[in-house]
Amino acid sequence: MIGEPFASGNSLIHRTDPRIRLIVAVLFSFTVALCFHFPALLASLAAAVILVLLARLNPVSLFRRLLPVNGFVLLLWLFLPWTWGGDPLLRVSGLEISRQGVTMAAILTIKCNVILMLLVTLVSTMSFVTMGHALHRLRLPDRFVALFVLTYRYIFVIEQEYERIIRAVKIRGFVPRTTIHSYRTYAYIVGMLFVRATERAERVYFAMRCRGYNGRFHSLAEFPSSRSAFLFFLIMISVIAGVGYLEWR
Amino acid sequence: MHISEGILSWQVLAGSGAIALAGTAVGIKTMDPEKVARTGILSATFFVASLIHIPLGPSSVHLILNGLVGVILGWSAFPAIFVALLLQAIMFQFGGLTTLGVNTLIMAIPAVSCCYVFRWLNRSAFLQVAAAFACGMLAIVISALLAAAALVFSEKNFQELAVMIIVAHVPVIILEGIVTGFAIAFLKKVKPALLL
Repeated sequence: MIGEPFASGNSLIHRTDPRIRLIVAVLFSFTVALCFHFPALLASLAAAVILVLLARLNPVSLFRRLLPVNGFVLLLWLFLPWTWGGDPLLRVSGLEISRQGVTMAAILTIKCNVILMLLVTLVSTMSFVTMGHALHRLRLPDRFVALFVLTYRYIFVIEQEYERIIRAVKIRGFVPRTTIHSYRTYAYIVGMLFVRATERAERVYFAMRCRGYNGRFHSLAEFPSSRSAFLFFLIMISVIAGVGYLEWR
Repeated sequence: MHISEGILSWQVLAGSGAIALAGTAVGIKTMDPEKVARTGILSATFFVASLIHIPLGPSSVHLILNGLVGVILGWSAFPAIFVALLLQAIMFQFGGLTTLGVNTLIMAIPAVSCCYVFRWLNRSAFLQVAAAFACGMLAIVISALLAAAALVFSEKNFQELAVMIIVAHVPVIILEGIVTGFAIAFLKKVKPALLL
């Protein structure tokens, strides 16, 4: 159920320095989040699509990733045109659809999808381990980086633990239903998960101590600075500045 | 309950981002080095627990359990939730980078509040059971209110949407109360040290 489908790949984006990708992703996402004018939004949409093409992502899995978010976007389309107020665009059985409401829903739809495309192409294209090392190189606190890497590492272990417990209760005849009994069973499963996680945490901590852990996070990853990465950075910064110009000129 | 990208105003994004950063920093600062492994593994557990779907009538809802996480982790719940949401954003695109702050607040403020409520009520065996149920419900109530507030503060016209979000969470509030209540009762029997 959990994986990193975009992390493996060999494209221009995948080869770019992870630190630069992280910085660009953050700057670009926040810029788009602040935009409300169509020229800026369409320009950022174009940039995001170009990045998607450059990263050579599988269009089907990208589409599948964007689907759940667009469920929320659909909700906006169901609500905003009726509730926004403003100039009527259309009248359907006594209910007015406002032009401003429709415009707003369109703006939010573009923004949401652009930011998520940026996230997929720039961040999800690196493995979590790489991201941890990159965050460390960007001088985030040791404890935060350690927390990030450990959480990622143990998600898969805890997930296996969960699958094991679920198999055990199913073998004993458990069928999930809307009953107090079912809910109590789930609560005990969750409780057991937390118990096992804590006990595992103790063992992990002692193992880390044995290997000399003293609160420091050491990373051997090197990200040598290259001219092409710098070039990518410059291009992206000018794209972001361009979007900003279109929005606030 | 993730607020999607691109919906909120910059004031709300900046304000909640700053508070989330401060809360995460407090959580990290007050975390003993020996608790880093524990917090990471419990954060992973929170991540996995939020993928568990539980039947509710004809459909199903997923557990949130931020109340339970708060009771177990205290202030460390802040960085734990932040990291879990960051991983969710990267793995599943549930929320993204700009809403990481606001989504962290929506989950973590209730968690830390529940920790205090639980400690305050944790005086007798009866009160503890009641407190456990209350924490599970309270956590989602506060989460839903915070999400609604983030929407309304961003844009007055989101009012109807905000009300709908709160209404939609009523069944989840009850369900989380039941599950958190039983889970805490279980932990009290099996591993009481976890609840301190």
